[in-house]
Amino acid sequence: MQTGNYSINEPSMSKLFDNLAEKGKTMYAPKNRGERILFQKVEKFGEIAGDYLLTANSAKEVVFPRYEKVFSYKKTQDGILINDPTGNPFSEVVLWGSRPCDAAAFIPMTNTFEKDYIDNLYVKRRKNLLVLSFSCNTCDEFCFCTSVNGGPGNTAGSDILFTRLQTGDFLAEIITEKGKKVVEENSSLFEASTAEGKEQSLAKVEPRFNQDEIQAKLQELFENPLWAEKSRACLGCGTCAYICPVCSCFDIQDEAHGSQGTRLRCWDSCGFSLFTLHTSGHNPRPDQGTRWRQRILHKFRYMPDKSKIAGCVGCGRCSRSCPAGINILDTVTAL
Amino acid sequence: MNELIKKAASLLEANEVQVVIGYGLGSAKRPQAIFVTTPAGCEQLMFDNRCIQNLAVYLTKQEIRKLGKPAIVAPLPVLRSIVQLVAEQQLTEGDLVVLGIDPDGKLLEFSSFKAIESFLSDHKIVIEEKYLKKIEEIKNMPVGERFAYWVELLEPCFKCYACRAACPLCYCTRCTIENNQPQWIPVASHLQGNLEWHVMRAMHLAGRCTDCEACYHACPLGIPIHLLNKSLIQDLSESFGDYGPKISEPNMLSSFDPDDKESFIR
Ligand code: SF4
Ligand code: SF4
Ligand code: SF4
Ligand code: SF4
Repeated sequence: MQTGNYSINEPSMSKLFDNLAEKGKTMYAPKNRGERILFQKVEKFGEIAGDYLLTANSAKEVVFPRYEKVFSYKKTQDGILINDPTGNPFSEVVLWGSRPCDAAAFIPMTNTFEKDYIDNLYVKRRKNLLVLSFSCNTCDEFCFCTSVNGGPGNTAGSDILFTRLQTGDFLAEIITEKGKKVVEENSSLFEASTAEGKEQSLAKVEPRFNQDEIQAKLQELFENPLWAEKSRACLGCGTCAYICPVCSCFDIQDEAHGSQGTRLRCWDSCGFSLFTLHTSGHNPRPDQGTRWRQRILHKFRYMPDKSKIAGCVGCGRCSRSCPAGINILDTVTAL
Repeated sequence: MNELIKKAASLLEANEVQVVIGYGLGSAKRPQAIFVTTPAGCEQLMFDNRCIQNLAVYLTKQEIRKLGKPAIVAPLPVLRSIVQLVAEQQLTEGDLVVLGIDPDGKLLEFSSFKAIESFLSDHKIVIEEKYLKKIEEIKNMPVGERFAYWVELLEPCFKCYACRAACPLCYCTRCTIENNQPQWIPVASHLQGNLEWHVMRAMHLAGRCTDCEACYHACPLGIPIHLLNKSLIQDLSESFGDYGPKISEPNMLSSFDPDDKESFIR
């Protein structure tokens, strides 16, 4: 659904930010933190980082926090009291400054949390989330959105997509009802426009592989020396999964204090040796090669087999940040 | 570099080693760990100041051990880690061939681990001035402010454990943080979980850490987690003098002497 194109200038952008923040919405945006630019809470428009390709972390924390209370319990004389946080109100969140790949990641993420099992924590957060993305006018050698059905001006997953035009103004493409509401409530800041000039302002991201071909090849390659070869340097950390906007595995942990406690879900990673370790001591994925295979198969075979959408949006974060320099493209293009 | 390539190739040729752990240029033109198993493959070996990953981490990894006896390209930080691993009985003489790289980029050959130790006695660990200043500044903060400083610094940590995975001295197959019966440290990356995780890690490395900075370079969020380790190195040098990995002397903090001058330890 595309509900129209508008234009908005730089001063009005800052006004738009203030208007949304004034309504009590929690604003998430790219902001400098130490040596990196990270998606984090911001209070003022001026705090937003100006010059960035992608944040070091992904934006998934707005719908899938790194740890989250599933319920808490307390033993009392009248029995066990359970507190279910899905009954609590969830704050309205604006994700400001996401890239098209960040936004596209909410689609496979939603498939995970809202298909077979409806996860109310995710549903509520996603419902309260407004995604205001900005097209990319630069890219780097790790970007490959165009190989996974995305692109530097892709609108999927965003409520509004802004593109900085060569004139200096922004094109605002309204993608959803939520986006339309933003324009209606701030109509003085927007002017009706056409999408002219968008293409010329976008980065050129060369296609690196054909996703359908990869999916087809992966039906056969389960036993292959390539997995061990390509993951030889892998250290078995959680970086690639934790900074990936699509990865959504978690671990259940209890924090108990006497007769009360909290059940939490915390991020987990298929790269960890403990991820599949059985109580018996047996580990069906005994080395980094089999773990790397799982990562690739899950993203490029199992997820598209199941729901037609890959589990990778081509942001390149995993490759940029891998402490061992492992580049996911090296594996995928070698298949 | 030619020297290194030639030496590595001859070791593989003679089957003295089965794999050379070194640096090579990856597809994105950045140096990364490579594992060369053929003499011809040695052409890929390179070394420059961008080669900051500490390769010693691979010496204890089961996936790499399976490849056979290794030779390892070892600039200073790797040499230090090797000596510490030897001191902790993780490596034995004959397990590996060390292809040292001196600070000028020249190939160094060592006849024994002792020879590495004595080379390192001329290349001691020195905490850089900028870090000394930072540590001093933190230590001088009033308690509340100092606590707030660490809370703020560690807040983004999402416990990906890349710092641990990249550290050659974090070779335990089961880390304290993964013990859940009982659970010593909360798994969640909340305030308490993060503080306890990083303090625990720093304490387990106290007296062992060789200041290679691998943990810091590994962190995807750029958290300067090595500040904790550097601060401990500084404290230990002040209390015990000459700090650094040694085979001929017991470990600084994990050794016991019945004649210790402190009575509580006896
Ligand atoms: S980030 Fe790199 S080293 Fe860590 S698990 Fe992923 S591929 Fe392995
Ligand atoms: S797998 Fe890597 S490139 Fe793909 S979405 Fe995740 S972090 Fe981005
Ligand atoms: S703690 Fe950090 S600096 Fe110390 S040895 Fe481990 S990786 Fe190197
Ligand atoms: S590498 Fe960074 S984010 Fe990961 S656990 Fe260590 S300090 Fe935390």
